[in-house]
Amino acid sequence: MMLELLIGLPIVAAAVAFLCPSDRLRPWLLPAAGLAHLGTLGASAYAGQPAAPRVWLGFDALGTLLLGIVSLLFLLCGLYAPRYLALRAERPNRIFCTCYLLFLAAASVVLLSRHLGLLWVAVEALTLVTAPLVYFNRNSRSIAATWNYLMISSVGIALALLGSLFLAYSAHIGGSGTSLLFDDLALNAGGFAKPWLRAAFVLLLLGYGTKMGLAPLHTWKPEAYGEAPGIVGAILAGGVTSCAFAALLRVYRVINIAGEGPFARKLLVFMGLLSMAWAAAFMVRQRDFKKLLAYSSIEHMGILVLGIGIGGAGVWGAILHAINNGLTKGAMFLTAGNIHRAYGAKTTGEVRGALRRVPVSAGVFLAAFFAITGSPPFGPFVSQFTVLNAAIGGGHGRAAAVFLILLGIVFFGMGATVLSILQGTPSVEAEATSFRDEVANVAPAIAAILIVLVLGIWIPDPLGDLIDQAAAGLEVRP
Amino acid sequence: MAQPVDLVLVLVLLANFLILGTGWMRVCIRAAAFQGVLLSLLPLLSPGEMVWRVIVMAAGAAIVKGILIPSLLVKAMRDVHIRHEVEPYVGFIPSLFLCALGTGFAILFSGRLPLAAEHVGTLLVPAALSTLLSGFLVLITRKFAITQVVGYLVLENGIFVFGLLLIEAMPFMVEVGVLLDLFVGIFIMGIVLNHIQREFSAPEIELLADEEE
Repeated sequence: MMLELLIGLPIVAAAVAFLCPSDRLRPWLLPAAGLAHLGTLGASAYAGQPAAPRVWLGFDALGTLLLGIVSLLFLLCGLYAPRYLALRAERPNRIFCTCYLLFLAAASVVLLSRHLGLLWVAVEALTLVTAPLVYFNRNSRSIAATWNYLMISSVGIALALLGSLFLAYSAHIGGSGTSLLFDDLALNAGGFAKPWLRAAFVLLLLGYGTKMGLAPLHTWKPEAYGEAPGIVGAILAGGVTSCAFAALLRVYRVINIAGEGPFARKLLVFMGLLSMAWAAAFMVRQRDFKKLLAYSSIEHMGILVLGIGIGGAGVWGAILHAINNGLTKGAMFLTAGNIHRAYGAKTTGEVRGALRRVPVSAGVFLAAFFAITGSPPFGPFVSQFTVLNAAIGGGHGRAAAVFLILLGIVFFGMGATVLSILQGTPSVEAEATSFRDEVANVAPAIAAILIVLVLGIWIPDPLGDLIDQAAAGLEVRP
Repeated sequence: MAQPVDLVLVLVLLANFLILGTGWMRVCIRAAAFQGVLLSLLPLLSPGEMVWRVIVMAAGAAIVKGILIPSLLVKAMRDVHIRHEVEPYVGFIPSLFLCALGTGFAILFSGRLPLAAEHVGTLLVPAALSTLLSGFLVLITRKFAITQVVGYLVLENGIFVFGLLLIEAMPFMVEVGVLLDLFVGIFIMGIVLNHIQREFSAPEIELLADEEE
């Protein structure tokens, strides 16, 4: 029942949003649906849903954990939405609200899916419902961004389909039945045909990696994040990427049980460091602060797969980092959206003195910058440190050194841009725009950054248990 | 038994060369449509029971790949009043050479993969890989948005060929994959193309790229 509610609620809300005639009332469906979704998820986690075997949709530690973050992020963005959309009253928001709610439904299916084919369908649906969100501003730059997002994502999704077919064929000639439930795949993985299995993993890594934004298939990201409104960037960077990461982890588990773990981990370490290096190169002297966040997202996707590739405590660190990164990115994109609104610009030349112009938004943005670059006492410090520790302890000395150097480059590269936006005196034109810090604009971002701060100091037991279980599920050795 | 299937697959491979070698966008679209219709015949030629879902899938794929999408693309091309020549970043002769190289590589590579008994000796795997590579080539070497959609279609066709290996064991995967991708993906791309047309004089990816600093 809970499962049906988690998926059905946002779909019903989306239908209501589509039918609702008022641009002013419609956005309130977002926080309402977010609250109901998070409440339902909380209730089912509290009741401790039994993990039913052989079902297409079901709860497990990883799915519950990441869906919790997506749901929380959605609620925070939902609370931000009515005020934001009221400021953008010149734009009709029917399609926007409908697709925003459908995103939550698609993300729920991705994260609760226990079937290889269904997982793929859900990721595809996620891509399609988020494309109109990128196109919200309806200008030539946003349509170019939407086109690239759709085109590159579709190619990625096609690769993931081919990878899924390879995996299925590997199971088929391994003679282990025709079930594509992850439970059955894991059970029979030992007998799978190895060449197909390896090829399947490469394709699935590229495919779902495209959706995560791993280099070199990240090229849609800077444009899409740059052109989409901040409220959309928040769920793309915190929600869509978490879904793609979960999809990759589900497949990785099967590959790992099949005995191809070492092969997969080598690839993951390589892709992780490549993404970090690529992102770092483009973050230095980056003038557009929304693109800066996009490259930061690419960097952190690199950290996630690096953690999985290192294994051991690195897996634990990566899962915790998915949570920290999601919430911190939420705070960054929402406040970046505010700064963008206040100046009507998003490059360092035009945006100066944000700390004076919108002090609260700029303050949260600054705190989130320190958080995302791994400064204590914020959550990402703990998760990045865990990954680093695991790398050193697990004999990945060179990877650890590269990791540290890249983190340093990113800190200074990102810092230069962030500081030049925040410091100085705002221009006369910027003072003239009507945007001001208000409770409705800044409270969701403040809540997100406070949670990140708490996670850096204290991880509540139920959350810790879930991370333990999720990590243990991925560490199964043949 | 495998012979009619292989015959069709050879035609599919030839269509790849046609798509990469032609300078006319209309030919490009038609060739991709022809390839799609050929492929949708394949499930009917496979050994095994001729169940209704196979027939429905074949008919559905033929309509979508052969009629719906090509007419959508031709309409987009006509409405936008663009020149009807393909403008490649990589010339036609190098493209054809790369396609031939890819096909040879696909045949060599698939010889090394273990296959189920019923698929040994067929062209299914090499044809799938080669079509896939051709699709990629079109995607990355052609300039216009419409030609990119054609590239994506060819890529999808390659995946469809591979799906045929699983059509008996796991029909669900194949059906869902093909139909969802085609219906929704291309439909949405069609909508976006339509919007591009309103914003620009021509749906030229190069034009779009110029917007970047």
